[in-house]
Amino acid sequence: MGTFLLDARDLDALIQAIRSQGHQVVGPTLRDGAIVYDELHAAADLPHGWTDEQEKGTYRVLKRDDGAYFGYAAGPHSWKKFLQLPRRPVWQAQKSDSGVQILEIQEAVPNLAFIGVRSCELHAIAIQDRVFIGDQYANDSYAKRRANLFTVAVNCTSAASTCFCLSMDTGPQVTLPSDLAMTEVLEGDEHYFLISGGSEQGERILQQLPVQPASEHQVALGNRAIDHASEQMAEGPRNFDSSDMKALLYRNFESPAWDLVADRCLSCANCTMACPTCFCSTVEDSTDLSGEHAERWERWDSCFTGDFSYITGGSVRADTRSRYRQWMTHKLATWQDQFGSSGCVGCGRCIAWCPVGIDITEEVTRIREMEKQ
Amino acid sequence: MVQHSRTIETAETKPKLAVWKFTSCDGCQLSLLDCEDELLQLAEQVEIANFMEASSVQLPGPYDLSLVEGSITTPEEERRIREIRAQSRVLVTIGACATSGGIQALRNFAEVDDFIAAVYAHPEYIDTLKTSTPASAHVAVDFELHGCPINKRQLLEVISAFLHRRPPQIPAHSVCIECKLRGNVCVWVAHGTPCMGPVTHAGCGAICPAYNRGCYACYGPKENPNTDSLCHWWQQELGAEKATVIENLRNFNSAAPIFDVASRRQEGGDDQD
Repeated sequence: MGTFLLDARDLDALIQAIRSQGHQVVGPTLRDGAIVYDELHAAADLPHGWTDEQEKGTYRVLKRDDGAYFGYAAGPHSWKKFLQLPRRPVWQAQKSDSGVQILEIQEAVPNLAFIGVRSCELHAIAIQDRVFIGDQYANDSYAKRRANLFTVAVNCTSAASTCFCLSMDTGPQVTLPSDLAMTEVLEGDEHYFLISGGSEQGERILQQLPVQPASEHQVALGNRAIDHASEQMAEGPRNFDSSDMKALLYRNFESPAWDLVADRCLSCANCTMACPTCFCSTVEDSTDLSGEHAERWERWDSCFTGDFSYITGGSVRADTRSRYRQWMTHKLATWQDQFGSSGCVGCGRCIAWCPVGIDITEEVTRIREMEKQ
Repeated sequence: MVQHSRTIETAETKPKLAVWKFTSCDGCQLSLLDCEDELLQLAEQVEIANFMEASSVQLPGPYDLSLVEGSITTPEEERRIREIRAQSRVLVTIGACATSGGIQALRNFAEVDDFIAAVYAHPEYIDTLKTSTPASAHVAVDFELHGCPINKRQLLEVISAFLHRRPPQIPAHSVCIECKLRGNVCVWVAHGTPCMGPVTHAGCGAICPAYNRGCYACYGPKENPNTDSLCHWWQQELGAEKATVIENLRNFNSAAPIFDVASRRQEGGDDQD
């Protein structure tokens, strides 16, 4: 145990060590003008020297003036796409002379390793765990993928302007368990990772790496880098007190703020798709032309669609006002009653990836201000 | 949602399928021919009673399922769609023309006589309506399958659903959901490309954004669209010209009421309400 130093030039050894354990390594990579999560074969696949600039409704990648591997903030993808699959078959059925036979889906579940998991994202995975690995909404596919997951967490050393994990108490420093945790340090000509094991499996990987014990000074530099991210958020426009979210939103079901946001909201569902904790799905049942074969598929759904609340007679939430109110109130308030924590981890994805720049932190402020009027 | 009030014949005779063409390019009927493998399977399940693009055999009605392609643009078509409705247990319109007037609905925003005078040497031979309208403006329609052209997988899904009396899985949500399911990077947010995806009905599988192009609303408006907010952001933040906004609202689904009203409002010059 302890903190070790891995030279940045040896980063590939980490990826290869994890791969040699039979894991499929996924992590950040540059594609289509964004830092997305996809399969990694080598350290060269990482977004080396790239960062992002984010604001309400905009995201741009740009070159850094250093060679940081993890010098970016949350991007368009979240890890949920590997754990709660966007689409998956649930069962199939075949009609025969003896009746209807249900066919089991044999799902090949990869041994996944996530590289570059941020603190907010560990919180997001923990939130989804409480949903899917419980009694009420147990999801076997998720549980199987989650069971063998290996995580390499990376502390954030710079924040995007859309980040507000500080307000949600979910970062930037990694506090939840991971197999390995790293901090990237770029200081003068030096470029290294402070790395420590958080599990037996993590320690085993660590032993295979060309590492040496880190000095107190090096550890302090790492902490200073994380503090830098905290300071950016503390001084940023999205720092707010989230301690009263439940009471605030429970008092404001009828706030005129909902009408204002509904004027702008496209009910396109981008926020919920980008959100790392939004877990809603629907099932689609279909048959083939002969009617002999039927399938049920699960797919991501969103509280912003009409179908989501469709029951006999129509949609319960027919208008955008009620849909946005449902989403935000669930995320920040009713989630607490349902699962014992907020549903928001402050990653800012819903802010950047909203096409019309609706900002959940601004909406909190608006509701608060309109309540005073 | 789908109406189940009409029964499909299931006894000894196979259900009768008819495919009808109105003012259109035939591309949606081609989607059916394009089904290839499934076409043989379909022929086993139904009797193809009328499908001029595939066969010259024409059987008399009534029909269990009529697929209607094309918009209504002539007095003759106005009569014919009513006849087909009367002969059809279930009538499904397919494609942008049949569901929202098609590209020929651009005439709705101008004087059709001006076009006729400009195009035809002998305008007196032309007998046409002033507007291009969807079938639903003339008769009751049981289901509308959107797209320019329609997606053949969705067409098979609709036919299967009607054959087996279940709701078709044709979600009315945005193209954005298809983009996100596919893992596409949003071209609007990440590239600043104007994209109709947030107000557009899903169904294509988000093809254009997958190739780094903005969506241009081939599938018409989604359920509960907010065109005003989209048009505002296109102009204020993405630098789109008003003409571009109007062109995108008036691509293939200009007679869809939402797009029609939004484009007229843009033309009117104000970006309010």
